[in-house]
Amino acid sequence: MGQTLQRAAQWTSAKDGARGKLEFSTLNEDILNHILNFAEGSGGKTAEENSLVFKKPLVWTTSLKPSAFSGSGYVEKGTSVVSEATSAKDGSPLLELNGNKLSILTLEQGERVLQIAGDKKMVELRACLEENKDPVANMLGDRFATVDGADNSIYRYIEEINKEIEQLAKTSEGNEEKSKELEEKKVVISLRLKLLRLDEQMLNASIIKISNDLRLNPKIVDGEVSVLKQVSGDDSNKHALEFINYYGETYVYQNGCRAQPWRQLNGDICYLVIKCFDMENPIYVTANTSGYYLNKGPSDDKSGQLDYEKPDADTYKDLVTLIKAKSPKFAEMIEKQEFTVKQKETSLDHHGAYSKDDEVDGDQTFRSEHQATWQQKDQQQDKERKQKTQTKARLEPSLKWKALGLEEDQMSKHSQQIKKKRKSSVLVDQRKKTSSKTPVGEQEDHFSESSTESEEEEEAIERRAEANADLPSEYWQIQKLVKYLKGGNQTATIIALCSLRDFNLAQETCQLAIRDVGGLEVLINLLDTEEVKCKIGALKILKEISRNTQIRRAIADLGGLQTMVKILRDADKDLKCLAAETIANVAKFRRARRTVRQHGGIQRLVNLLDCVKLTNVTMTPEMELSVEVARCGALALWSCSKSKKNKEAMRKAGAIPLLAKLLKSEHENMLIPVVGTLQECASEPSYGLAIRTEGMIEDLVKNLKSSNPELQMHCASAIFKCAEEKETRDLVRQYGGLDPLVGLLSSNNDDKQLLAAATGAIWKCSISPENVQRFQELKAIDLLVGLLNNQPEEVLVNVVGALGELAKDPPNRMAIRKAGGIAPLVNLLTGTNQALLVNVTRAVGECAEESENMIIIDKLDGVRLLWSLLKNQNKEVQASAAWAICPCIENAKDAGEMVRSFVGGLELIVSLLKSEDKEVLAAVCAAIANIAKDEENLAVITDHGVVPMLAKLTNTTDDKLRRHLAEAIARCCNWGNNRTSFGKERAVAPLVRYLRSKDENVHRSTARALFQLSKNPENCITMHEAGVVKPLIKMVGSKDEDLQESSAGCIGNIRRLALANEKARYA
Amino acid sequence: MTSRRKFQEQFIQNMLKNHKSDSERPCHFSALEITSLLELFNKFSGTAGHKHRLERVRFRDELHKSFQITDDFLMDRIFRAFDKGSKGYLRPEDFICGLSTLLVGNLEDQMKYCFQVYDLNSDGYISREEMFHLLKSTLVKQSTEEDPDEGVKDLVETALKKLDCDHDGRVSYPDFKQAVTQDTLMLECLGTCLPNDKSKKAFLQLIRGEGGCEMWQR
Repeated sequence: MGQTLQRAAQWTSAKDGARGKLEFSTLNEDILNHILNFAEGSGGKTAEENSLVFKKPLVWTTSLKPSAFSGSGYVEKGTSVVSEATSAKDGSPLLELNGNKLSILTLEQGERVLQIAGDKKMVELRACLEENKDPVANMLGDRFATVDGADNSIYRYIEEINKEIEQLAKTSEGNEEKSKELEEKKVVISLRLKLLRLDEQMLNASIIKISNDLRLNPKIVDGEVSVLKQVSGDDSNKHALEFINYYGETYVYQNGCRAQPWRQLNGDICYLVIKCFDMENPIYVTANTSGYYLNKGPSDDKSGQLDYEKPDADTYKDLVTLIKAKSPKFAEMIEKQEFTVKQKETSLDHHGAYSKDDEVDGDQTFRSEHQATWQQKDQQQDKERKQKTQTKARLEPSLKWKALGLEEDQMSKHSQQIKKKRKSSVLVDQRKKTSSKTPVGEQEDHFSESSTESEEEEEAIERRAEANADLPSEYWQIQKLVKYLKGGNQTATIIALCSLRDFNLAQETCQLAIRDVGGLEVLINLLDTEEVKCKIGALKILKEISRNTQIRRAIADLGGLQTMVKILRDADKDLKCLAAETIANVAKFRRARRTVRQHGGIQRLVNLLDCVKLTNVTMTPEMELSVEVARCGALALWSCSKSKKNKEAMRKAGAIPLLAKLLKSEHENMLIPVVGTLQECASEPSYGLAIRTEGMIEDLVKNLKSSNPELQMHCASAIFKCAEEKETRDLVRQYGGLDPLVGLLSSNNDDKQLLAAATGAIWKCSISPENVQRFQELKAIDLLVGLLNNQPEEVLVNVVGALGELAKDPPNRMAIRKAGGIAPLVNLLTGTNQALLVNVTRAVGECAEESENMIIIDKLDGVRLLWSLLKNQNKEVQASAAWAICPCIENAKDAGEMVRSFVGGLELIVSLLKSEDKEVLAAVCAAIANIAKDEENLAVITDHGVVPMLAKLTNTTDDKLRRHLAEAIARCCNWGNNRTSFGKERAVAPLVRYLRSKDENVHRSTARALFQLSKNPENCITMHEAGVVKPLIKMVGSKDEDLQESSAGCIGNIRRLALANEKARYA
Repeated sequence: MTSRRKFQEQFIQNMLKNHKSDSERPCHFSALEITSLLELFNKFSGTAGHKHRLERVRFRDELHKSFQITDDFLMDRIFRAFDKGSKGYLRPEDFICGLSTLLVGNLEDQMKYCFQVYDLNSDGYISREEMFHLLKSTLVKQSTEEDPDEGVKDLVETALKKLDCDHDGRVSYPDFKQAVTQDTLMLECLGTCLPNDKSKKAFLQLIRGEGGCEMWQR
């Protein structure tokens, strides 16, 4: 059973330290059942074998309670239960249960354990096998351990026994002990043989199981097809079927599949077209890895494209069964002409044997067994043949073959013809391939593109109408109309187009019906004609149905976008409008947007924006139409602007001034697409600048006061994205934009998008202190705190971000506390959204600057939460958590004690010094500088090796990091011989270089660090050598007292050392 | 020569005065346009026997050349629509007023004109039979279909459904007007009887004396 357990049984991957577990699969279940049967005695074991004492006990963790062993034969001994029966050799009990460790020494005991376990015996057996991966070795000794490759142990053992028997015979003395030993060895060998047999049985059983759910592969399919090809032909009396062929492109991919790669993803291997004599039309079959099933055949509108849909749920294991089910004639022929079936079966059998051999290659036991069965089969066949007096010719074909000799010739000819055909089509196919190279190139481009919108649409699941039976009546009507489109002149086309529009095109059934009857192709073809009326009619329909995601994709697939982009240059304005609106609908997914760009659509759409001045009071119909064109252009650009490259293309095409002009419009239906486009583009820095310089902020602010929530949302969102720049923020304030923004918070509506945009704009605007002032006046904090509860994350991120910015102003910290904002903020620290966590930690950090807030945070265990965020994967979260920790330590009472109470906390923060992110390092240094204020904690972090780690960082050139690093070094000097250690770790010379930095803050903390370090004479020497004195002297003259003092102190220390030196020299 | 010019001037004055506000036969051309149209008319009619008469065959030829209207039957109907009083030939005012509708007419004019073209027996209604007659050649004959007329009949029903707003089984002018107002595409729903934009533009340029060259230069 060792082999089975090693090979057939499915183990879960064993991770380090943990043992592999048997998976709960049917296969394993079967194996366990086999072993159980054997162990329970039905395997035909003898009494001797049962009571054979194992070489090593089988030990496993049991779920059985000692009380279960209360019956006869077991006694309690201290904490453990032991069996009365003991081993004959050393007197140890045959069963011992200590705690939950159960060990047995004989099969008999095992049997009893299983009996006691009752219905939990499977669990026990599973545990036993999981913990004793090779039970045979335990039972019979290591020599029988399962090994890969040839296992000769049993033969050697037999030889050994034989030798001993001989010896025994030679000595002729009735050496009883020897013979007893011999007897035992015989038992061992018989048990071993039985176990081997069990192994074989189990392996066989599992192989049958495995081969049952063997999936189809191209090799098998090709085999079946080639066999069936041989029995196909024209004569309905002699051939089983008329023809069988691969369908579609005959290009064979490297993996042997013929299906197109995208279909291969669904498991399709190839498609077959089969015709039997009793069929009117050929059937189309999909060979899938899950089996064979019928598909709907070539769809009537696209040449060479199959309708992959499954008309019924039946899937067949092999092709013959499928054809049998579909064609009674075929079944009859197969039945009649035994040879065909035989031929097929043997070929299949070969496959079977192949795979079996592959799987158990090198497994002797199995192979010998397999051979044995084969031999048996052969023998049986031989017997049969003997009756027919055909003993020799085992592989000779039956007589029927000979009768069919002529046909065979024909068949080979036929297949040659087929081959020829296939050859020619292969050539064609290669041509196709070369022509399709360009789209492949395009596909690469695809990855470089970014989109702010979720790409879910890209993966929109194809939903198909179900069976033909329950198609709505519209379907048939639409089909009829599409027929007129296909086969009518302009007049009929117009009637059909107008009638199509009478259907409810917003309904999905109608949309899909148009696609399914091939209407999309015709509509798109119509766009290529000269007939303006047909084009208008077709576009009106396309515009409506392109609201459906599947239709969008289909339009893009059929090349509709290219044609529509062409139409954008048409003279007819109605046509331009419709084309732009349709593009707006279609370009909702990435590939479509790319197509528009690559065919020059962006430039043309931007050109559409250029219309008459909107300020005119009276508009002629002509002017109104051109305004409408601009609106449609903006709509299309809005859709397109979700791709980064499109934004760039739009900018280059000069969209920004045109958008600025349109922004002056009064009409909401114009403003929404324009502002929508702007807010989509505002994420690009170039746009942010342009929006400001083109004076669009004023209009955005104006429209913020609009009554249309969608327009408000886009305006707020645009401000949100632009307000990263200070000038923009100032402009927003100057135009009075802050009031409506705050107003949006209080207008208690459920529009979360609007809320997210408004809070986002507030967040970014509150970066400017002047704006904070205004927000204070507007009591924005109360409103924001109110939004901390029950809001979606995208709102929360912005709300918390805004609070974080506002809390930089001390009075606001108090306001947040008074509004009850601290508790919800601390609660948000337990979230998982990383953007949110960054903002929350920042906000909590700002709040912690005030000691009264700190009391609340401490009470809510906020510092612990912050600390645990240091473990977050996201570097930004790590950094901002570390920053937030600094004020917490500074302002908490008993900060040292608090920090110590975090188990492993100090080690964690020291280990973050290994981070590669500058921001994280700076934050952690700042936190360490604060931690080191407490001497005990300083001792702990010193033990964790903070000194060499800080020293390693000293070579940085980043001023922010330098500042906090120097600060941390200065603080860490206060313990033990840390000063000396910093010197040894070569931290001093780099620090001196910091004095050349332009940042005052760096100077201050560096001077402090140098002052601390200079208390060690060695360091003084290093500093002096590094030329510290000159810059320090300059700094003594600084206005910053702190800097003055540390610089002076440092110089003093150096000077004192020099004096002492001189004294020593001359003394 | 002078008498001819005099006649011409008088004719133009007449056209401008009488037909500007005439709802039956409106003329939206300017004097200049009328002059060149008159010249054109004379050119067309000059070769054939009678002066000031444009014969049916000649008219059809010109219609074909200028406006790419190819259907013989429809061309005949267009001639009849132009020909007020069923004289069998066109007088200059017939020609000019007709072209006015075709080229610069408003929707109302064109609706009237189209209805006139489609109303084969001029009884004020377009019946199923008339529609069948108009649509019978619009579908490409499909060999697979048993009855080739079946498709046309279906199409007639489809069109009737769109046009027959009062559901009386025939299309009256108000029906037609309503349907076209709803969807201007329906104007030529029973056959092409108006020039397309391109030829319209070319023709207008011709009579306005702007010349073809300019068109190409654009």
